[in-house]
Amino acid sequence: MNNGGPIVSVRGLKKTYRVGEVDVNALRGVDLDIARGEFVSIIGPSGSGKSTLFNVLGGLTPPSAGQVFIEGRNLRDLTEGERTQLRKTTVGFVFQKYNLLPTLTARDNIEIARYIAGRTGEDDTQFAETLRLLGIEKRLHHKPRALSGGEQQRVAIARGIVNRPAILLADEPTGNLDTENSNAVLALLRDLNQRLNQTILMITHNPEAAAYGHRIITMRDGRVESST
Amino acid sequence: MINKLVVENLKHRPVRTLLSTIAIGVQVTMVLTLVGLSRGMLEDQARRSRGVGADILVRPPGSSIIGLSGNMTEKLVPFLRKQPHVALATGVLIEPTGMFSSVTGVDFQDFSKMTGGFRFIAGHGFEKPDDVIVDEYYAKQNKVHAGDYVTIKNKRWHVAGIFEQGKLARIILPIDVLQNLTGNTGKVTSVYLKLDNPANTQSVIQELRSRLQDYQIYSIDEFVSQFSVNNVPMLREFIYVVIGLGIIVGFLVVFLSMYTAVLERTREIGVLKAIGASSGFILNVLLRETAVLAVMGSVLGIILTYGTRWMIMTFAPGTLIQAIVPDWWPIAAAIAIGGALLGAAYPGMKAARQDAIEALAYE
Repeated sequence: MNNGGPIVSVRGLKKTYRVGEVDVNALRGVDLDIARGEFVSIIGPSGSGKSTLFNVLGGLTPPSAGQVFIEGRNLRDLTEGERTQLRKTTVGFVFQKYNLLPTLTARDNIEIARYIAGRTGEDDTQFAETLRLLGIEKRLHHKPRALSGGEQQRVAIARGIVNRPAILLADEPTGNLDTENSNAVLALLRDLNQRLNQTILMITHNPEAAAYGHRIITMRDGRVESST
Repeated sequence: MINKLVVENLKHRPVRTLLSTIAIGVQVTMVLTLVGLSRGMLEDQARRSRGVGADILVRPPGSSIIGLSGNMTEKLVPFLRKQPHVALATGVLIEPTGMFSSVTGVDFQDFSKMTGGFRFIAGHGFEKPDDVIVDEYYAKQNKVHAGDYVTIKNKRWHVAGIFEQGKLARIILPIDVLQNLTGNTGKVTSVYLKLDNPANTQSVIQELRSRLQDYQIYSIDEFVSQFSVNNVPMLREFIYVVIGLGIIVGFLVVFLSMYTAVLERTREIGVLKAIGASSGFILNVLLRETAVLAVMGSVLGIILTYGTRWMIMTFAPGTLIQAIVPDWWPIAAAIAIGGALLGAAYPGMKAARQDAIEALAYE
């Protein structure tokens, strides 16, 4: 563990995709440090590399070049199985389209993340606390189709943090929500950050949403343009 | 939790689940009905052979023991009747009338003595030259009553009586009438012997074999024991072909069902991978779903065999007899589950190898 230094440290990160016969340089040398407990907003135009950065940080795809350290572990050295393990224990995801499993209830959507991480036998107080923080206790027995967008996103956030990941990656979490629900979700993320010291990286197109973070990183053309 | 996901996935698409279950069920029923028919008809034939009440059976040289091939002279009957310990001897002539049916000619008096007599449910024995007697199954299948007329071997016959089944044949004519009708005057297909004491069976068989070389001479117990699937030419192979078809049907049904399911759930697979599910976990979910479908299909298939038996007993009891074969239930289920898992293997692997990023972007 790397308790003193940044929880995420990225140096010279490059990611090249092969699309047909064309190489697409999605990331062209990203340098970035995220401190433990920081709430960082990442903004930038489409194609600037925000989502690719998330995919690399989340272990969904390996970097093409450069170094990516999360809690001191270099993602470059991880095997497929180790990256799967990283997603179980170290990284939580929240998506724009919620991405809840439609066949399961809200409770089971959260529970399955614990099951996959092998934590179902553990103390339930953490699970209960997560539900209490998100204020969705009364909607747990409903399936996603019976929940509003805001409720679905709260369930998705609960799923993202239930295993107490080192970082929560939120990819446009308010992109599908109206203003009222957007504000509620952003307030919730800030609350989680403050109460649980949860490190959060949030992609957004919305400057008002970005302002909820401690810091705003702007990306352009696969590089970090500014950090304010 | 994984089982809950499996159950909820199956509940989420009830029509697909139902159709897959029915398709697997039909496959299981097909196998169990075929095996049940083979065994049922052989057991029925064995039961009816025992119903003759004889101790020994004599068949012509070179004939098949359980087939109807080959006839021999009826002069053998009085010769056999004179042998030591032989109390009764009667010859029968069996002529096929269809793939699964035949008409049997008997000497009514001798045959009645040997069997202990016919029990007539309706009517009586032979009185006129055009009289025929049939058993209850034949009557039920053909909706025949005593006094009706039936056509057998291109000739109209008066149904004199309907007897309780279990006496060798379903349709019985006087032997001389059948001999003349089929150009087999003086011929019999088999001769049945009843002894003064069944304990003498083996010694009489030894004696007869020495005197009637090349003839097929068996105790009724030996004869009946020959009624098995293995002794009917090509039947076992036929069953294997049907089982093979069953496996292919199960494979294709599940392949299509699971392939569709994987395509439909691409995004969900991406979500599961994003929250840390391994390829093994994804494969495990799909294989469990398949196994549940196959087990449900197997149970349905077993239940359906009672339906096919009821249909056969209702509409064709005189031609077909289907046994319920519990010893084949696990075999048919294993075939169904094996075929289904085979069918799920490729879609499962496709799902397990799905790229998480592409899957999450899938609309």
